Amino acid sequence: MYNFDLVRPTTIADAVAAMGQEGAQALGGGQTLLPTMKQRLASPETVVSLTAIGEMQGVCISDDGKLCIGGATPHAVVAREAGSKYPGLAGLASHIGDPAVRARGTIGGSLANNDPSACYPSAALASGATIITNTREIAADDYFQGMFTTALEEGEIITEVRFPIPEVSNYQKFEQPASRFALVGVFVAKYADGVRVAVTGASEEGVFRWSEAEAALGKDFSASALEGLTVPADGMIGDLHGSKAYRAHLVGVMTKRAVTAAA
Amino acid sequence: MVQVKMTVNGKAASGDVEGRTLLVQFLRENLHLTGTHVGCDTSQCGACVVHVNGNAIKACTMLAAEAEGAEVLTIEGVANDDGSLNTVQQAFQDHHGLQCGFCTPGMVMTATALLKENPNPTEAEIRDYLEGNICRCTGYHNIVKAIMAAAGQDVSRIAAE
Repeated sequence: MYNFDLVRPTTIADAVAAMGQEGAQALGGGQTLLPTMKQRLASPETVVSLTAIGEMQGVCISDDGKLCIGGATPHAVVAREAGSKYPGLAGLASHIGDPAVRARGTIGGSLANNDPSACYPSAALASGATIITNTREIAADDYFQGMFTTALEEGEIITEVRFPIPEVSNYQKFEQPASRFALVGVFVAKYADGVRVAVTGASEEGVFRWSEAEAALGKDFSASALEGLTVPADGMIGDLHGSKAYRAHLVGVMTKRAVTAAA
Repeated sequence: MVQVKMTVNGKAASGDVEGRTLLVQFLRENLHLTGTHVGCDTSQCGACVVHVNGNAIKACTMLAAEAEGAEVLTIEGVANDDGSLNTVQQAFQDHHGLQCGFCTPGMVMTATALLKENPNPTEAEIRDYLEGNICRCTGYHNIVKAIMAAAGQDVSRIAAE
């Protein structure tokens, strides 16, 4: 790997200051960024590691009953500690990558990267989560702006993510058999005021909400309510692992499975 | 260069590293602990798995400087105090859980982490936990069998397949 300056701040304030340098890049658990840098697909001059910032670690419940996860919290910690509060989210976290990746990879890193096949974006969008940064709060509906694109500004750091806790929820992932990334992943969350369905892995626009399914499930929360509903193949990802039509079909199948598992 | 200090296999270790120095490089090249292998260098294969503060991680995908102050355990540190193989290592030998041996350090470290989390895993749980550890020789059957045996399960009736 080419060389760079590594900074390891212990407070958000110091991290924000370090991110102000020219060519600085935040490093979460590094499970995507470090392989990307080895391939020279990214070449920051200064890398700001967020893993030593205590105030960005951990899982808790806010005063208004939301699940709060520090931006630098590894997937394994979410899988272990969120289970009693938000089992759908803990279930998702417990199947990201492999155990060693889950011990390092972080929720903030995943959401900041917004890989079109990553798991967490679907949970954040389906939960109507709030992405909290060092400067502001961003609603998930405004945050995701297409493949690898988010509302984050240069130097902005995800310090926390807040999830309203649904009545029931489930995530179903159809894994691409080699990479184990989501070929299609669907997160379904049922709240008192409606159902939200978010799809990852499938679209060229990255994670998206399937509003027709949300409306149908809002009236009747059962897999049969989805009969006859389809997403258009146009705009889906088509590659050697699956055609556009195949992914579009999988969206329906995985949504039904998620509803059945959640109900 | 920055100085990094950590505890490796119970002993204080330190050295000067660059920003880019990976933990696996530090272990192998500075500390000469070459039991931790570099297989793919892309966080797929798991030959470089070590424990950092009790968690199994891929040492090719963690910067050495990020292990500042950490407790690191490598394959060199897992044997019994008298130098004999520990339960997991012995089970790999007894059940022929290796052929070429390249993946074995990572397999043993991952198996050790699994048994700490889940002392009596099912075969399916073992296979699921080994998702990030690739073995190109054995077909995994004897690795799984060794881990079941290390957990104290009776594997005498499981065929090698």
